[in-house]
Amino acid sequence: MSELPGDLLYTNDHEWLRRESDGSVTVGITDHAATALGDLVYVELPEVGQDVDAGGEMAVVESVKAASDVYAPVAGSVAAVNDDLSDDPEKINADPYGDGWIVRMTLADALDESELMTPDEYQQLLDELDD
Amino acid sequence: MPFIPHTEKDTREMLDAIGVQSTEDLFDEIPAELRIDHLHEVPEALSEMQISRLMRDRAAMDGSPVCFIGAGAYEHHIPAAVWDIATRGEYYSAYTPYQAEASQGTLQTIYEYQTMITELTGLDVSNASLYDGASGLAEAALMSVRANRRVKTGLILLAPGVNPVYEHVAEAIAGSQGLTFEWLPVDTTTGNVAFDQLPEGRNPVAVVMQQPTFPGTLEDVDRLTDWAHAQGAFAIGIANPMTLALLKAPGHWGEQGVDIACGEGQPLGVPLSSGGPYFGYMTCKEKHVRQMPGRIVGRTTDLDGNPGFALTLQAREQHIRRSKATSNICTNQGLMVTAATIYMSLLGVEGIAQVGRKSHENTTRLVDGLCAIDGIERLYEGPYFHEVALRFDRPVAPILEALATKNILGGYDLTKDAGTDALLVCATETKTDADIDACIAAFAEAMG
Repeated sequence: MSELPGDLLYTNDHEWLRRESDGSVTVGITDHAATALGDLVYVELPEVGQDVDAGGEMAVVESVKAASDVYAPVAGSVAAVNDDLSDDPEKINADPYGDGWIVRMTLADALDESELMTPDEYQQLLDELDD
Repeated sequence: MPFIPHTEKDTREMLDAIGVQSTEDLFDEIPAELRIDHLHEVPEALSEMQISRLMRDRAAMDGSPVCFIGAGAYEHHIPAAVWDIATRGEYYSAYTPYQAEASQGTLQTIYEYQTMITELTGLDVSNASLYDGASGLAEAALMSVRANRRVKTGLILLAPGVNPVYEHVAEAIAGSQGLTFEWLPVDTTTGNVAFDQLPEGRNPVAVVMQQPTFPGTLEDVDRLTDWAHAQGAFAIGIANPMTLALLKAPGHWGEQGVDIACGEGQPLGVPLSSGGPYFGYMTCKEKHVRQMPGRIVGRTTDLDGNPGFALTLQAREQHIRRSKATSNICTNQGLMVTAATIYMSLLGVEGIAQVGRKSHENTTRLVDGLCAIDGIERLYEGPYFHEVALRFDRPVAPILEALATKNILGGYDLTKDAGTDALLVCATETKTDADIDACIAAFAEAMG
């Protein structure tokens, strides 16, 4: 398993979140999640402008044998979606923390980092899953 | 011998393992007053010999009337080869096989069916079939809500020509899932939608239209499809597949074609058989395929480079998607689809066109003859395919009874649907000139 990017925050559901300079956040799924699903063949993206609650369903990623919901790590609204994934869903497998981003969100409230996991905490979760 | 795979010893061991005295105890949770110890209305079992005799006697009560009823199910000649092949041991199952890929022949048959039905309907993709035309509309309505995500009203508008039974079924299946079904206004002269009274700004998620309409007329489906799209709605087209070698395919209606087509597949090689089993077809534009319910068979290449067939896009389905599956429909009417595939293969597009032309000719002969009788005239003006609504100057039920005594089923009583004394008649290619003339004579006599 590759090294976890140190500048991201993580969730129990294997999403990652990056704080952007304009105050928005970018969300994707972790390498662990993408590897567990296998080669992705389809991503169902939300509508731009859609409001989502923290923990609410935001997108669906689908591999040949499984489909999985992607949950919003925080409350907010969808500011942009990664349209490239419609034609190229395997970008999530190839580059989960870069080209494989899924949604950019405008936050409803100030980001409460204590609700999310640090890279160390998420690494610990992965280690426990391996055991 | 009942098919109970567990011996008493098996059962005892299982009960002991979970610490329960008897199988009965497993049902303790259900209050005693809700339990029925005996099904009083269900008669005792009969032997095979007794049941064969009973069924023969009951079947004989049907007689072999000459049938001029259509109204959604149509009698067509079915070449003997259709059911001779469909009932071969390799095919003779009502179900999609478990471990489907081990049954390559069955999968290829479904794949060929999908290819044929997409060609007939002019759309990109087909599923492996649904239960029947009516439940097909319910599934199409639910699919339009999933695929046309921008519209949140759940409002489905129906052209007046949609089979009223389909509306009842769709309402029963989808009404409790937040969908509402409303009829569009009818033009009483043509029987079709009243274009000058169409409601603007209702924000429907889909507009449903049927061709030919339930009372047999031809709707301006091009214009209605375009109107649906102008409203931001999906266009759902219901079409009798037997008409599609002659009439325009739903995929070509209007500027962009319908988004989803569905309908009753029975005319393609499935006997009337007192109302079922039939099968429903559903096709759509490729961009909506992930919202399509049901199974889809795809063609692929195996490790050795040989072509093979596999169930595909299964992540839509309930065994993977669970509660978020596109539908609870996880099966198809495999045997009926097999028959339809063989039927379509034997006839080809030209054969289906010939059936349509002959049915139209026969219906014209019947309608011209009936309209020459005092008190009978056409209910709606305009062209028709193989079914026509007629207005009577008196109640039609006694007339149908009089015809029944002569072994003629004279048509579908349309009085309730039309709000006036009316009958829907259909003469497919199965009727001879003599049949049709005898029918006209019987009407003339009954009308006195």
